[in-house]
Amino acid sequence: MQPVEQRDEVEMLSLMLLIRRFEERASQQYQAQKIGGFCHLYIGQEAVVTGAIAAVRDDDYIITAYRDHAHALARGTTTDACMAELFGKETGCSRGLGGSMHFFDRKNHMYGGHAIVAAHVPLAVGMAFAIKYRGEDRVTLCFFGDGAINQGAFHEALNLAALYKLPIVFICENNLFAMGTSVKRSTSLRQIVDRAEGYDIPGEIIDGMNFREVRDKVAEIVDSIRKEPHPAFLEMRTYRYRGHSMSDPASYRTKQELEKYRLDDPITRLRAQLTREGKLTNEQFDLLDKRAKETVLASVKFAEKSPQPPLDTLYDFTYADGAMEPGRPRPGEPAQERREGAPSPGTNSR
Amino acid sequence: MREITYRQALNEALAEELERDPNVFLMGEEVAEYQGAYKVSHGLLQRFGPRRIIDTPISENGFAGLGVGAAMVGLRPIIEFMTFSFSLVAFDQVVNNAPNMYTMSGGQFNIPITFRGPNGPAHQLGATHSHATENFYASVPGLKVCTPATPRDAKGLLKTAVRDDNPVLVLEAELLYSSKGMVEPPDEELLIPLGKAEVKREGSDVSIICYAQTVPLALQVAAQLEEEDISAEILDLRSIKPLDEKAIFDSVTKTHRVVIVEQDHPFCGVGAEVCYRIQKNIFDALDAPIFRVSQEDVPMPYNERLEKAVLPNADKLIAAVKQVCYT
Repeated sequence: MQPVEQRDEVEMLSLMLLIRRFEERASQQYQAQKIGGFCHLYIGQEAVVTGAIAAVRDDDYIITAYRDHAHALARGTTTDACMAELFGKETGCSRGLGGSMHFFDRKNHMYGGHAIVAAHVPLAVGMAFAIKYRGEDRVTLCFFGDGAINQGAFHEALNLAALYKLPIVFICENNLFAMGTSVKRSTSLRQIVDRAEGYDIPGEIIDGMNFREVRDKVAEIVDSIRKEPHPAFLEMRTYRYRGHSMSDPASYRTKQELEKYRLDDPITRLRAQLTREGKLTNEQFDLLDKRAKETVLASVKFAEKSPQPPLDTLYDFTYADGAMEPGRPRPGEPAQERREGAPSPGTNSR
Repeated sequence: MREITYRQALNEALAEELERDPNVFLMGEEVAEYQGAYKVSHGLLQRFGPRRIIDTPISENGFAGLGVGAAMVGLRPIIEFMTFSFSLVAFDQVVNNAPNMYTMSGGQFNIPITFRGPNGPAHQLGATHSHATENFYASVPGLKVCTPATPRDAKGLLKTAVRDDNPVLVLEAELLYSSKGMVEPPDEELLIPLGKAEVKREGSDVSIICYAQTVPLALQVAAQLEEEDISAEILDLRSIKPLDEKAIFDSVTKTHRVVIVEQDHPFCGVGAEVCYRIQKNIFDALDAPIFRVSQEDVPMPYNERLEKAVLPNADKLIAAVKQVCYT
C-alpha cells in the first residue's frame, strides 16, 4: 500500500495514456464488429479516475456505472483481460459473460461495471456499510454520471449513507450530457453538487480535467473519512469527446464546444505540468505513448486468439452452488432419475 | 417437539442465524425499535443491538441494494420487506442486481442474501397491498424462492435460506403468522432443504398440489372430501424454485389426478409451470386433465365479498377435485 504522495505522476500519466489508447482501439474494433452490444468510451475523462485511484489504497472499494473500462484499467485489470471481455472471450475479466458494461475484478477490488443508471449507488452504500460493520478503515469510491442524479436509487442511497454515516465518496463524473440530454435540460439544479446538500453531505466542485486537483481533493476527503466515517460528494467537471455510446454521433453539441474541451485535455495538461517541472522530456512522453499503443495492440491479438466460453458452461454461473436446472443435480444430491417411457429432453426442454 | 406460532418460528430462525454467524444482519423498515411490523423480529434489537438489527427509512430500492452491495463484500444480509408488495419498488435490485451479479462477473461475485417478508393476499388490503409475487420472482434465473406454510417449514427454510450462497426469497404467508404447529426444540438444529416438497397428507384418489396460504385450505378440503370417500393427497411444494419435480411426479403417478391450488394469478402462474412439467414428463400417468385453482385474473378489489370471490376457496377447490375425479 503506497502512501498517496508517493504515487509517481509519470506512472499516472502513463495510465491515462493507456486508457486513452485502449478506448481508441476499442472504438476501432467495435467498428470492425469484433465487439458487440453497447460500448461507451471514456476518452476525455481520464483525469477523474486516475486522479481518484491515485488518492486511495489498493484495498479500497471501487464501483462504477457502464462507462467502466477505465476504472478497471486504473485498478490494475490488464488490457488483455479488458479487451478479451469486449470480445466476449473466456479470458475476459468477466469471462466474456459481462461485456463492455460489466467489467468486474474481485482481486483488484473493482466491483463493476453496472449498467442500470444509478442502480449501483445503493450497492456502493452497502459496501461502505460492510466496511463500517467490520470496523475497517477502507473507503468506497462510487463513480456515476450526471444522468444518475435524477434516479430514485441515487436519492435513497445518499440518504442511507448520510443516515448511517458511511465511509463513501460519491464521485459524479459530470460530462454535461446524460446520454444525449444536456444537464441543463435534465436537472433542475444550477449545479449538481447541491444535490448533496439536501442530504447533509459535504460536497465540492472539482476540475475533472486536472489530474492533480482530482487526486489532492480525493486524498484530502478520503483521509478525513478514514479518521471518522462519513459520506462526501464530489462533482467532477469533465467532458467526453465521443458520443454517449458508439452509436451516438453526438450531434446535440457543437464542434466549437468539443474543441474548447480538447484544448483543456487532461493528458496534455499533466504532460505540460510535468515537462515544465523538468520531470518529463518529450522523448520520454513519446516512449510512454508508444508503449501504451503496443500494450493495447497486443491485447487485441490476445483477445482474438482467446477461446470462446465453452457452451457446456452455460449453466455454471447462474447459482453459486452449481446449476439447479435443467435436471442437473446440485452438489451432494443425486441426479434425478428418468422415468420409464418419459420423453427424452429436447434441446430447449427442462 | 413443541407447539409454536409461525411468527415465533421465524423469530427463532433469525435469532439462531444471527447468533451463529457474525456476518448476518437484519435490515428493514421498523425491524428494530418497533420490533417488526408483524413482530417477527420481536426482541432481536435488545438481544443483538443496533449494529445488526437496523431500521431503515421507507426506501426499498435503497436498502435492498444496500444488502446486495454488502453481500458482494462478504456479509450475509437478511432484508425484510414489510410486505412483498413493497418489494416491487425494489424490483430492479431483486431482479436485476441480486441474481445477475454472479453471471455478469463471470462467477466472481455471488450474492448470499435473503429477502423475506409477508407475501400474498391478506384481508381487504386492496390491489396494491395484496400481491402474490412468487411467479414473478420464480421466473428469474439466479433467484431461489420458497413459500413455507407451517411453523416448522418457516423456521427450517429461513435458516437454510440465510446459509445459501445465492439470493433466496422467503415468501412468508401473511395470514399464517399466528397459526401454530409442532417444531423441534430450539437446541435441535432444524434445516429444511430448498427444493424439497412435502406430502402433508397421504391420499390415493387425487393429488392437490399447493403451497403457502393454500396449504391449510387444501388440508381442510381434504378432510371434507374424505366424508365423500375421495382420498386426497396434499403435496406442499414448500419451494417454488427449485421445484421438486420428483415429489410431484411420485404423487401424480400414485393418484393419476391433479388439482393445483395456488395463491397467485392464473396467467403464467406457478400452476402453469407445474402443469407443463407433469404433462410433459408423465403424460401417461394422467387419468384426467389437470385443473388449476388460483386467484381470478383481476386486480384485488377492496370489497370483502368480491375479495372472497377472487381468492381460491374451498368451494372452488372441491369443484375442481370433483371434476378431475369425474364425480
